[in-house]
Amino acid sequence: MFRNKSGEFSWVDFTIDVLRVLIVLAVVVGAWNTLSSGRISLAQWVNLLAAGLSQGSIYALIALGYTLVYGILLMINFAHGEVFMAGAFTTFFFAEALNRTGFLNEQPLLAILLMILFAGLVSMTVAVLVERIAYRPLRGSPRLVPLITAIGASFFLQYAFRGLYGSSFKAYPQVRALQGAVQIGDISIPVAQIFVFCSALVLMIGLHWLVERTRIGKAMRAVSENKEVARLMGIDIDWVILFTFGVGGFLAGSAGVINGLFRPQGVNFYMGFIPGIKAFTAAVLGGIGNIPGAMLGGLFLGVIEAIGPNLVLAGLGIPGANQLKDVIAFTMLVLVLIFRPQGILGERLSETKA
Amino acid sequence: MALLEVNDIHTFYGNIHALKGVSFEVDNAEIIALIGSNGAGKTTTLRTISGLMAPRGGNIVYDGREISSTRADLLVARGISMVPEGRGVFAKLTVEENLDMGAYVRTDDDVSEDLDSAFEMFPRLQERRKQFAGTLSGGEQQMLAIARALMSRPRLLLLDEPSMGLAPVLVDVVFEAIQRIASEGVTILLVEQNAHMALQIANRGYVLQSGEVAISDTAANLQQNEVVQKTYLGID
Repeated sequence: MFRNKSGEFSWVDFTIDVLRVLIVLAVVVGAWNTLSSGRISLAQWVNLLAAGLSQGSIYALIALGYTLVYGILLMINFAHGEVFMAGAFTTFFFAEALNRTGFLNEQPLLAILLMILFAGLVSMTVAVLVERIAYRPLRGSPRLVPLITAIGASFFLQYAFRGLYGSSFKAYPQVRALQGAVQIGDISIPVAQIFVFCSALVLMIGLHWLVERTRIGKAMRAVSENKEVARLMGIDIDWVILFTFGVGGFLAGSAGVINGLFRPQGVNFYMGFIPGIKAFTAAVLGGIGNIPGAMLGGLFLGVIEAIGPNLVLAGLGIPGANQLKDVIAFTMLVLVLIFRPQGILGERLSETKA
Repeated sequence: MALLEVNDIHTFYGNIHALKGVSFEVDNAEIIALIGSNGAGKTTTLRTISGLMAPRGGNIVYDGREISSTRADLLVARGISMVPEGRGVFAKLTVEENLDMGAYVRTDDDVSEDLDSAFEMFPRLQERRKQFAGTLSGGEQQMLAIARALMSRPRLLLLDEPSMGLAPVLVDVVFEAIQRIASEGVTILLVEQNAHMALQIANRGYVLQSGEVAISDTAANLQQNEVVQKTYLGID
């Protein structure tokens, strides 16, 4: 401690170490205060956990898109939050139509399945178009170039959709079947949260099957490992990259609907920004480029966001702790990057990946 | 007619003129050895034929058709398969998945038969079929790379330094496999630093020197050639 690699005393290392100790102390003291005061009952903790898992599974679905693209191109697709928005925003009109005909409440499961498919396809189309038009021509250029382009694409999509659908918030119609709660003893968990978690789980199992079992999934892994050798296998690299963007887009669009159904404030053109940043955080937390890492990172971030403020911040006597969940989220990112730079499941970045 | 005709190709890395007008031909069912020292342009020649690099001048005719600017992935379906230098196995895919990737362009139903014959040729791979390729030894990786290249059922197999980094006993295994592949009618273009081994199994050979073909002859004559003996076979 307090020494740099050559064994000399270093103020920078000293400061970082002091910070580490302070952060750990703050977490321990805050958690101890909260737990010993007994302000929050077990049932409430379980509720927070369920809410966190439900929010986290949305993050996980979006995070997968970041991690898939990074795994194959070593590029952060900063327009991915907007891909999520595109599906969610467009599907609002589809949901309205389904609601007007009454189909949404007569056949809620089928209707939601249709909406998820619809949003997935919309987001997939947007993701694929962005790759084809904005990223592919820049392949092989220095890494800063596609990064700036991605930020540009992100703004373009936001304002294009504002132009298309207007800037007001639009709330999805309510689905009666998804209201209410499941009661287990004195714990009640909203049906909505169970639904979100289960649909995300199904999508993630689907992705796992795709990547591990199908030929195109193996080709995705082969391309991410060595593009040149993949070409020697007869794999069309450009097609596999496009497919990867499409899969990431589909997951983001599905997440958009699953999220949109339970956003009381509604969807708008700007809704992708914060979830996009959070999902990116989740992907980094889990180890970017690593698929199980993105799933785990998303769930982890959701749970920490839900439990952290009540456990740590409230215990330290900070007022309005729940409004500070973003602080917790990004503090977690900094902490993970300090203690485990490669993320929870990530491998150490080798020269080829760094 | 030759299966492969390379006519006066010029290939560049940026501004570096790596191939300065290389010409040679490969007939059906031949084993051709390309020998030469480091930097002579052997690997570049294979990369240009396989479509990984495009020549700036000259042309390549394969099976009667010009392929100089055809993408590598399209040439695989036309029957050109390459084992890259350093093997290039997918470390995070299992042995079986690697072989499956070799058969990526196949649309027929006989892939599993070919998988069996790959395992028959290299029984070591069968024992390790569920293992990640990254956990294999160097020799096993080379066997995997060769077996994988065969999974596309090539007519022309390009081999880049298959003996590199292998223990002598494994070099023998690999060269026996190459001979067996050739005896089944696959045409082979073999790049080797180990000129001694290469000329033993080849029909004809070409010696590359600073991006040009310096000598071309039958393998038997090359083995007797004084320059070749001195420079590449270590015989004084």
